[in-house]
Amino acid sequence: MKSSRRKFIKLAAVSAMGIGAARLGFLGDAPALAGDLPTATNFEEGLKAKHWGMAVFSAKFTPELIAKCRTACHTEHNVPDIAGQKEIKWFWGASYEESFPTEHGHYMAEKVEHRQFPLLCNQCEAPMCVKVCPTQATFQRPDGIVMMDFHRCIGCRYCMAGCPFGARSFNFQDPRPFIKEFNPLFPTRMRGVVEKCNFCAERLAIGKLPVCVEAAEGALVFGDLSDEQSDIRKALRENFAIRRKPDAGTSPSVYYIL
Amino acid sequence: MLEKALKGSPRYWGTLTALGMVMLLGLGFWLYQLTFGMQITGLNRDVSWGFYIAQFTYLVGVAASAVMLVLPYYFHHYKEFSKMIILGEFLAIAAVVMCLGFIVVDIGQPQRMLNVLLNPTPHSVLFWDMVVLNGYLFLNIIVGWTSLQYFKNDMTPPKWVKILAIVSVIWAFSIHTVTAFLYAGLPGRHYFLTAIMAARFLASAFCSGPAILLLLVLFLRRLTGFDPGQKAINRLAVIITYAMCVNIFFFLLEVFTSFYSNMPGHMAPLIYLFQGIDGHTMMVPFMWTAVVLGLGSLLFLIPTPIRQKTPALVTGLIMLVIASWIDKGLGLLIGGFTPNPFETVTVYSPTIPEIMISLMIFSLGGIVLTVLWKIAIEVRVEVEGGNLSMVPPPAAE
Amino acid sequence: MYNAKYIIPGILFFLALAFVPVIYNQGHVFEVKPELPKDQKECVLPTTEMRDKHMQLLNEWRNEAVRDGSRIFINAKGQKYVKSLTNTCMSCHPDKTKFCDRCHETVGVAPYCWDCHNLSPNQKSPIPPVASAAAGGH
Repeated sequence: MKSSRRKFIKLAAVSAMGIGAARLGFLGDAPALAGDLPTATNFEEGLKAKHWGMAVFSAKFTPELIAKCRTACHTEHNVPDIAGQKEIKWFWGASYEESFPTEHGHYMAEKVEHRQFPLLCNQCEAPMCVKVCPTQATFQRPDGIVMMDFHRCIGCRYCMAGCPFGARSFNFQDPRPFIKEFNPLFPTRMRGVVEKCNFCAERLAIGKLPVCVEAAEGALVFGDLSDEQSDIRKALRENFAIRRKPDAGTSPSVYYIL
Repeated sequence: MLEKALKGSPRYWGTLTALGMVMLLGLGFWLYQLTFGMQITGLNRDVSWGFYIAQFTYLVGVAASAVMLVLPYYFHHYKEFSKMIILGEFLAIAAVVMCLGFIVVDIGQPQRMLNVLLNPTPHSVLFWDMVVLNGYLFLNIIVGWTSLQYFKNDMTPPKWVKILAIVSVIWAFSIHTVTAFLYAGLPGRHYFLTAIMAARFLASAFCSGPAILLLLVLFLRRLTGFDPGQKAINRLAVIITYAMCVNIFFFLLEVFTSFYSNMPGHMAPLIYLFQGIDGHTMMVPFMWTAVVLGLGSLLFLIPTPIRQKTPALVTGLIMLVIASWIDKGLGLLIGGFTPNPFETVTVYSPTIPEIMISLMIFSLGGIVLTVLWKIAIEVRVEVEGGNLSMVPPPAAE
Repeated sequence: MYNAKYIIPGILFFLALAFVPVIYNQGHVFEVKPELPKDQKECVLPTTEMRDKHMQLLNEWRNEAVRDGSRIFINAKGQKYVKSLTNTCMSCHPDKTKFCDRCHETVGVAPYCWDCHNLSPNQKSPIPPVASAAAGGH
């Protein structure tokens, strides 16, 4: 109990800092410099949880805020900017119909009907992509994050067939020429591998919150779902939230507060 | 016996050269794909599997269909199939070779393929598919080759060959079942998510595979005078007819469940395939062609007097093969991925390079098949005497 | 022996072919001098160990960092390093062509680290894709 409480306090402190410090550090508009290289000490201060999750205050999202989060994410992770059907995206926006196609809402509240929802990998508790991957290139960490080991991916795209949320993108071509905002501290990908949101595992490891959470300025709440005292559990206790396609049985860790 | 593949008529070498040329042409396109990546295909973020994997799936069926000869022969001692069985086994080898080829060209990092063996993952169906396909390839090579060797030496094959043949029967069911499981367990793909997927796969395999075999055998009879026996042909045609009826029946079960239940997700792929969604009607002409040809083939195949006439049989079989290919080699994958996870339509159609690379693999299969069948027939000619020149006899019919 | 007049020359030809690299390199001095960092005295492991085993170490690092989330490497002296090719190795060895490539080119290996990993934490833009042979981008 004690340790989870300590973790909570630490997380809360970092959350507060994170919100205040949005778009500081090497994610600024200027090209990054090695001055910000994370040190071993930073890595000792990594954030830990039993089950990372995210709550989305969808009413706070405008297309502009989604674009801001998307830019922050795609810059941090060197996501290439490829137009058309072979697009690669970690964070994007979609209508209610597209986000929750199994809900088939009729006579919907106008504000919800016309709202854009931020979409990202759901970091499922029972991820289909992990189950189907023949090389364990996609795997689940003990803290619930569904990660990709790009070194191991053979590009069979079975995970894309398995994912009910369209969260995965395949590098049909070399992504490097399409990277607009470049972050030298994070690797790029090569063509022929699949990629997706990693819940900013590389930032959690140095005690920072996911970059979309920072950019969203409170519209995204990130925390430990298994900790009753966490911000995210508080948000879910106080607000009605749904998950995308719950009957696909994958149990998403991203909750949408309507 | 391999030496029999090294001597042949100009026609034999001409066939191999022609197939080799097509293969080389396709190879050029494959190098193009290896250099520029999968962007040269029509695949996209939403339809992430397409023509390659569809051909793979269809050919797994063709490979499994050898069982329609092996099973009656070994389980029921139906000796009429003795002349054709080796052709079935060798067709299975060629089909599995093509299957593996389609996997190789489909994956984004083929040089890392052995990661599947380095990190064996029992919870992935793809891992098991690799196991069963390679196992089936070796079973057919061993059983086919050894039986032929013993036949050549005028000896009864050893008992272990029979045991392996029986294993291969069960194995054949497993390859297509596991291939169906690749699809049938995916929660977000309504067209795939059906308990009778494996049964549908087997039914369509057991009609289309033997149909291809029978067409090839009838062609062979015309070309070389090799006669598998009218009784065997008739019996195989009956098997094909039953399997096609079951195949159509299973498909109608899908239609019933989707539309009577009125569940939007289950209806959507069928509506897309047969009617189009949001003006995207690319698949509609193909699917209705499949319906017409599929039902039409039964008109030629069900009435015994018609079925037993070779031209009618050939017509029926060609219709059947086209219909089953549209269903499985086109509709299955596209329907499975459309509508996409956002319930919108992303159109996929294979590109020219994709089709050329597929032709490369089909030619490779054609070469394997030509060589293997050449050996099988030469051995039979050597043992039973007859038409060594491979010129058709005056009255083949 | 049957067909000795074919088989023996065939074997000789094969052996000759197999020994071409050995014969070709006879007399060549094998000496590679990668440029070492001027402001750093020691690497994460002793030089000899790094020379022999850096590939194993990098392989371990990538597995541990990506898969186990263990991102701190502690060497025998108790010094701590971040397990990162770009941010740790390339911070001290900033010039790949003068360090990595000199050896790799001599021994004829082409690791594909740089297909994804950046050459240095100070890099301004992604390295343009290298036009690669048909081998699939390596």
